[in-house]
Amino acid sequence: MPPKLPYLKETPSQTAGPYVHIGLAPGAAGFDIYDQELGHDIAGPNARGERIRVEGLVIDGTGSPVKDVLLEVWQANANGIHAHPEQPGETEDGFRGWGRVITDFDTGEWGFDTVKPGPAPGRNGTVQAPHINLWIVARGINLGLNTRLYFSDEAEANTTDPVLNLIEWERRRATLIAQRSERDGQALYRFDIRIQSEEETVFFDI
Amino acid sequence: MTKPAEFYARDRRWHPPAYARDYKTSVTRSPQYAAISLENTVSEITGPVFGHSDIDPLNNDLLSNFAQPGQSPIGERIIVHGRVLDENARPVPNTLVEIWQANASGRYRHRKDTYLGALDPNFGGCGRTLTDAEGRYHFRTVKPGAYPWRNWINDWRPAHIHVSVFGTGFAQRLVTQMYFEGDPLIARCPIVNTIPDPEAIDRLIAPLDLNATVPLDTIAYRFDIVLRGRRSTLFENRPEGN
Repeated sequence: MPPKLPYLKETPSQTAGPYVHIGLAPGAAGFDIYDQELGHDIAGPNARGERIRVEGLVIDGTGSPVKDVLLEVWQANANGIHAHPEQPGETEDGFRGWGRVITDFDTGEWGFDTVKPGPAPGRNGTVQAPHINLWIVARGINLGLNTRLYFSDEAEANTTDPVLNLIEWERRRATLIAQRSERDGQALYRFDIRIQSEEETVFFDI
Repeated sequence: MTKPAEFYARDRRWHPPAYARDYKTSVTRSPQYAAISLENTVSEITGPVFGHSDIDPLNNDLLSNFAQPGQSPIGERIIVHGRVLDENARPVPNTLVEIWQANASGRYRHRKDTYLGALDPNFGGCGRTLTDAEGRYHFRTVKPGAYPWRNWINDWRPAHIHVSVFGTGFAQRLVTQMYFEGDPLIARCPIVNTIPDPEAIDRLIAPLDLNATVPLDTIAYRFDIVLRGRRSTLFENRPEGN
């Protein structure tokens, strides 16, 4: 037997199950226990840039909305800086760039308010188009699904985005583009996530 | 500032596959196309940072965080403790660990849970804490009960505590479940058995830890959590991002 390498193995994933809200969004489960639930305010009041709203559904293989899903959001600020010590640059006071979103139990609709992120640096000196990283857990999902949301009004930047260009099937790239519209004078992006279908959303192994 | 470093690739044959026929809900909630594998960018290497202002120090005590003054939940009083490490066996300090669970009857405090098992007026079922400088964490709680679920008609989940961990980068984000040593339901559970490798299943089973009990008060289980490790010095002479 060759010697065993000293690395540990990552703890295996398990589904978050139907009652994920108890731990991560207890107010939605029906009881208030914490002084502050985390993840309600992604950008904070001081963030510069355009205020936007994102809405959508997560849709299963039968075409039905998934009503017990929990999504987490991770994004840069309007200058493309993430609120983290490993990326140089400042973010505004109160900008966390992270949020937690749950679906409506009856309709499956979810939504969040934030600022539109700016372009972030890519690998090897490239530039990534503005995007939001999403992580999705729910009953029936054994390992959290990672995807990215891009913006329909950034067509030029999307064309040169190094991650979108990794997707060999050009028609699948469109599943990552949120469609812009306006409601009451505010920018609204629609982003439906299809877990399983011909038009299935692209998921990433990050 | 630490130099940005990417995470080791996730071993997707160690984790459960998305499609696991015997866990019925996964049949329509699993992508049919393969995931696109990415080399990490700054968007995956970074992740949210939490501090002591985000949580209350008593949030990790499920014996008291929902109980009426002077009251206690009914059930086996336990301590769940351990360390959060990465694959290089380095501690992950100051990271957020969140848990949720059913009460001793196997009933969840959730508007969607209609199981006959009784709610406990002194038990909420959620807790959260930050790891210390050595990656250690602990919770006090009651041991959850097994409960039935509609998969096959006589499926029962083993006693378990759901665990959510962040790490330092969004790519490390992990949700899992902790089981208890010796539970005969573990081997029979379709959710446990989504994990193909028996050795991987063992990593989710917390052994009894008598050395950590509080005698005449609370019994203890140990659950260490391992997050993805990152490359370090090997590539430091190469330009950033290469």
